Amino acid sequence: MRRRNFVKKTSLGSLAGILGLDIVFGAKIPENYTLLGLQDPDPFTMFHKDKEMVVLNSKPWNMEAVAHVLDDRITPNKYMFIRNNGLVPENIDAKTWSITFDGESVKESKTFTLEELKSKFPHHTYQLTLECGGNGRSEFDPPAKGNQWTIGAVGCANWTGVRLKDVLKDVGIKDDAVYIGYHAADLHLSRDPNKEPISRGVPISKALQDETLLAFKMNGEDIPMVHGHPLRLVCGGWPASTSGKWINRISVRNIVHDGEKMTGSSYKVPCNPVAPGEKVKEEDMCIIESMPVKSLITYPKSGAMIPKGKSLNIRGHAWAGELEISKVSYSIDFGATWSECALEKPVNRLAWQHFKTSINFPKSGYYEVWARATDANGVSQPMLLPGWNPKGYLNNACHRIAIKVS
Amino acid sequence: MSKQDNFRKQVKSIYSILVVSFIMVLLIGALGVMYMIDPSVFSYKKDTPDSKVVNVSPENDDRDKIENGIHLRTGLKDGEGLMTVVNNCTNCHSAQLVIQNRMNQERWVETIRWMQKTQNLWDLGPNEKVIVNYLVTNYPPKSKGRREALTNIEWYPLNE
Repeated sequence: MRRRNFVKKTSLGSLAGILGLDIVFGAKIPENYTLLGLQDPDPFTMFHKDKEMVVLNSKPWNMEAVAHVLDDRITPNKYMFIRNNGLVPENIDAKTWSITFDGESVKESKTFTLEELKSKFPHHTYQLTLECGGNGRSEFDPPAKGNQWTIGAVGCANWTGVRLKDVLKDVGIKDDAVYIGYHAADLHLSRDPNKEPISRGVPISKALQDETLLAFKMNGEDIPMVHGHPLRLVCGGWPASTSGKWINRISVRNIVHDGEKMTGSSYKVPCNPVAPGEKVKEEDMCIIESMPVKSLITYPKSGAMIPKGKSLNIRGHAWAGELEISKVSYSIDFGATWSECALEKPVNRLAWQHFKTSINFPKSGYYEVWARATDANGVSQPMLLPGWNPKGYLNNACHRIAIKVS
Repeated sequence: MSKQDNFRKQVKSIYSILVVSFIMVLLIGALGVMYMIDPSVFSYKKDTPDSKVVNVSPENDDRDKIENGIHLRTGLKDGEGLMTVVNNCTNCHSAQLVIQNRMNQERWVETIRWMQKTQNLWDLGPNEKVIVNYLVTNYPPKSKGRREALTNIEWYPLNE
């Protein structure tokens, strides 16, 4: 029984499964002790990730998907990218978890236990696209500093929780509220307890959207530890860094939140376009809000060889931050001509949309299939890299797969 | 008199028997306690298997092994200043973060300043020059243009 508690408490999932053996004297392991087997762990088993996922960084843990594993309409947990700024918190107990609302613009500070949140407010489930602001960074020239994401820092899972707006209404916020900022239980890389690895947020208008959730379930299960167990703020369509993990406090601010990675050049792009490599002053940088229009071909995997005369079925997803996708086109001649794909409506606002088509190739040879989505405002993905920015955010250039016809 | 002597003798022998048995009970008790604390005390077998003394190279030799120009533990390229980088730059984050990035001298220095200002990186003193030199030598920026060609394509027959 105690061992069961221990396993539950630390939420390490099946410890036995991780280590590949049963843990003798499991009940006698001190609560704060990390098993040796977990200190230099295999991230795929530890985080229940598919072996095709790619580790970019082990400290902090950062892992991305490859395009073809994102083929599911709803991204399963095993294919969801991991982006951490600090260390995954240890010893999280969902039973005693609470979240405090404070800041200049709350009428009175208020704390809810997780159980209170769950019992007091109605639950809602939305499929929400989360994409790292730096997805695609690896393509920028001159190169930008940070994890060199290629295309796989995006996913669209089902998130279940309570609406932040319902909770904020219960707390009571003042008219001068402009922003919310989250605070969380993760630890700074330097292990300095006075430092927060990340504390970002969104304007109050985004916080009050129906789809902005304080989520406790991902794809119908308790949110996995690495994705923010037991409570995560989910702001679909915005840089995923606004969807704070392991959150225990939300500050309602009367200024733009000034927490860690809200200031400096983090998650900001030049307010006006700049030349590649140009120096940009801090005051000329603007915070990224809604993510840009983008798409991915998730079937087939790049590198497919097909016989001449056979048509190729392709499919994938497209998304555009706050906006809906109006059209997805494809080209097999490097953008000279475009044809339209069949496109589905989103299952809800801020969910990615699915496209598919069948392609006939005129003759044998090497082809690239390019996909290009257009958002509701008529803005399309660029074929080349979009505007260079110092931190390498928002690369939404067309996705390409290679095909050989013979 | 002899009767009294006899009685005294008998008492004495009973007394000594009592003392001896008391000591024996104590001894057995003590041995019992010892057994409870550590049963191996009474084992004739050695706890450790017979072994030969083998010379094992110090742990550090293995930890900092270099193969094909790569420092195995961190994945960093071998080069002048490698260990200074390992010792100063892989405490908070993994070496993978260094290896992924490509910067010129100015931007590596900028990155160090940012880490010192916000991430608790210490003053590197004379090591800074060694570190920056290692980084620009081994991880310089490479030009990618506006869009690179697709590379590392794994070709496979698609059967539908």
